[in-house]
Amino acid sequence: MYKVLYNNKISSNSFEMAIEAPLVIEKAIPGQFVIVMSHEDSERIPLTIYDYDKEKGILYLIYQVVGGSTLELSYVKNELFSVAGPLGNPNEICANINEFKNKRIVYVAGGVGVAPVYPQVKYLKEHGIEVDVIYGARNIDLLLIRDKIEKVAKNMYYVTDDGSFGEKGFVTTVLEKRINDYDICVAIGPVIMMKSVCELTKKYNLQTIVSMNPLMVDGSGMCGACRCEVDGKPKFACIHGPEFDGHKVNFDLALKRMNIYHKEEMDKLFEMEKRLHKEEY
Amino acid sequence: MSDSKVKGRVQEPNVRVNNFNEVELGFNDEEAHLEASRCLNCPKPRCMEGCPVKIQIPKFIKAIKDNDLKLAYEIITESSSLPAVCGRVCPQEKQCEKMCVKGLKGDAISIGSLERYVADVAMKNDYASTAKKESNGKKVAIVGAGPAGLTCAGDLAKNGFSVTIYEVLHKAGGVLTYGIPEFRLPKSIVQKEVESLKKLGVEILTDVPVGNAITIPELQDKYDAVFIGSGAGLPKFMGIDGEDANGVFSANEILTRINLMGAYKSLSKTPIKKAKRAYIIGGGNVAMDAVRCLKRLGIETHLMYRRSEEELPARKMEVEHAKEEGIIFDLLTNPVRILTDDNNNVIGMEVVNMILGEAGEDGRRSVSEDESSKHVVDCDMVVMALGTSPNHEALKNSNIVLTERGLISVENSKTSLDNVYAGGDAVTGAATVILAMEAGKKAANEIINALL
Ligand SMILES: Cc1cc2nc3c(=O)[nH]c(=O)nc-3n(C[C@H](O)[C@H](O)[C@H](O)COP(=O)(O)OP(=O)(O)OC[C@H]3O[C@@H](n4cnc5c(N)ncnc54)[C@H](O)[C@@H]3O)c2cc1C
Ligand code: FES
Repeated sequence: MYKVLYNNKISSNSFEMAIEAPLVIEKAIPGQFVIVMSHEDSERIPLTIYDYDKEKGILYLIYQVVGGSTLELSYVKNELFSVAGPLGNPNEICANINEFKNKRIVYVAGGVGVAPVYPQVKYLKEHGIEVDVIYGARNIDLLLIRDKIEKVAKNMYYVTDDGSFGEKGFVTTVLEKRINDYDICVAIGPVIMMKSVCELTKKYNLQTIVSMNPLMVDGSGMCGACRCEVDGKPKFACIHGPEFDGHKVNFDLALKRMNIYHKEEMDKLFEMEKRLHKEEY
Repeated sequence: MSDSKVKGRVQEPNVRVNNFNEVELGFNDEEAHLEASRCLNCPKPRCMEGCPVKIQIPKFIKAIKDNDLKLAYEIITESSSLPAVCGRVCPQEKQCEKMCVKGLKGDAISIGSLERYVADVAMKNDYASTAKKESNGKKVAIVGAGPAGLTCAGDLAKNGFSVTIYEVLHKAGGVLTYGIPEFRLPKSIVQKEVESLKKLGVEILTDVPVGNAITIPELQDKYDAVFIGSGAGLPKFMGIDGEDANGVFSANEILTRINLMGAYKSLSKTPIKKAKRAYIIGGGNVAMDAVRCLKRLGIETHLMYRRSEEELPARKMEVEHAKEEGIIFDLLTNPVRILTDDNNNVIGMEVVNMILGEAGEDGRRSVSEDESSKHVVDCDMVVMALGTSPNHEALKNSNIVLTERGLISVENSKTSLDNVYAGGDAVTGAATVILAMEAGKKAANEIINALL
């Protein structure tokens, strides 16, 4: 059991959670993720590490309620049953700071994708690399942790589909205008966003790193649920990723694979909403 | 003395396909006694030659005959640490029972069932000794809580070591917990074994990915010795077209969802695909477990294997049980490609018949495709149970020496790193519970000799 310090709603469908998990974060580097379980009979949910306080041993996560299991997580109050990690590989830039000291880097975050982007931008700033951040969402309500990301980004560009904050349009609109200013792009967000970013950056030959978030079970390379196609070959996102060269990822396949349990998920969600409303645990 | 064995009671096939309860109910006292009486107590017991850990089989069977089950248990546990598990899952027909002289004319003694009987009685009556020597001040770290790691931990704890197990999953047991299904090995038995280790003072840290949260070199610094029992590794796929379709899974994924995550229970939040017709590809225990699990979820299940029944590597008992349960065996057949619709869902599979050739050097018969026999079968799920390839996650930053096949290289349980030992599937590739257990025991002995 892991002590939960808080689990607060930060937008209409997103939550921020603070958990005491010293061993998990002791050696964590941005880009890595954890797998959490609310209760003993819960699903294992992979979530990218959003922030940590190594001295106090606290792990911070941001997650969006997208199905039954994240809905259940949002009801967790004092204790989490399981937090495994850090899993996966660190972000390539964070892990090899010296190689990237003189590079011009842009981060592109979409929606809740700002949660994995933030710790990388912060880490790079702490290590002497300042980067630009383009952050997009459908509308202003879905733009999260603005004050935090602004503190660590060199230049911050917002963009919303409906123009309710920042520029109106998509992250690609903003990126294309400045694309020649950068040597490397890191794009994290919904698969469809990462796909559009990669289509654009490929045209301009701008190296792009993406973070894949397929279905997972164990997160340790044992089950193969997390298969992605990279460079025509199957890769296990949990141990070979989660970050890959975006120009080599088969996004269309990734999009389709996200629907494997669509029907089962909807059935469960319906059942759970009924039950949770009754119990409010 | 009867040539036929005492038939153990089982749940009827038409009943058990609708539940996950244990299939074999085990001997009662009378049945065990009767079966034990068939043993000739050979002066030169061949059965023991067949046992990888050399359990004193005739001796423990005699103790059953003498109604001294405590003694029987003590005899077994001199050589085996997990008798309730091994009695259930060992491939006895290839080991002890294969060598039994009674088998020359009639049925071999049901050694496995007798072992299980003794172990179950012992569990019920708490015979297990939790006696341990005074602390010797030495600390050992174990990577992985499968049979290899658990056994090594138990033997060391009994000898006064302070032992910490690091396990990446949220539950201990390894394959015993996430792989082998409840109907073959009830999880309560595995948990009891784990509890008895805790009673011996073994600390089990779950949720810890060794290699990331803590590395082998760091464990070397913190502990006097390290044992790696991290298991067989990544599931293999065939590399055929359509294998990335929605509805193609590894057997490990299916089994983990069902056994570790309890996807068959109504309370579990972990989904499992509700397919209509599934093909499980492979012929080992893993394939057999996956096919029987899916059958219990109401799916029409086929087992597809490229050789014939004789070559099926699974335990014979599982093959028999699977047949009784109505699993359809499509033998001498192999997938060619998987067919999908526009949404990447599996809608069928092209398959080809296989022809068996001569036995090669490894004793296995070669197979070739009968090109003219290609045809399509309808299905919406395909499960690959084709074995594993090594996983080096736990070994990050360690420079440990590997074999050509990528497994951890050991000599007398010792790896190339100082005070680091290894055993089980991580060293042999996918093998058996009894061999993993034995490897854990051997390593514990080596560690005791090296440190005390
Ligand atoms: C479905 C199935 C059915 C089987 N049926 C039989 C049978 O009937 N009879 C039989 O004898 N054998 C059977 N086997 C084989 C047998 O289970 C294995 O040979 C045996 O479990 C190997 O034991 P082990 O301790 O080496 O590894 P495992 O049981 O695989 O345990 C390894 C443990 O290490 C953990 N681990 C891995 N990496 C890390 C890491 N980086 N950090 C921390 N922990 C880690 C894993 O999570 C796991 O808990 C079966 C196997 C499967 C998969
Ligand atoms: S999640 Fe199981 S192998 Fe990656």
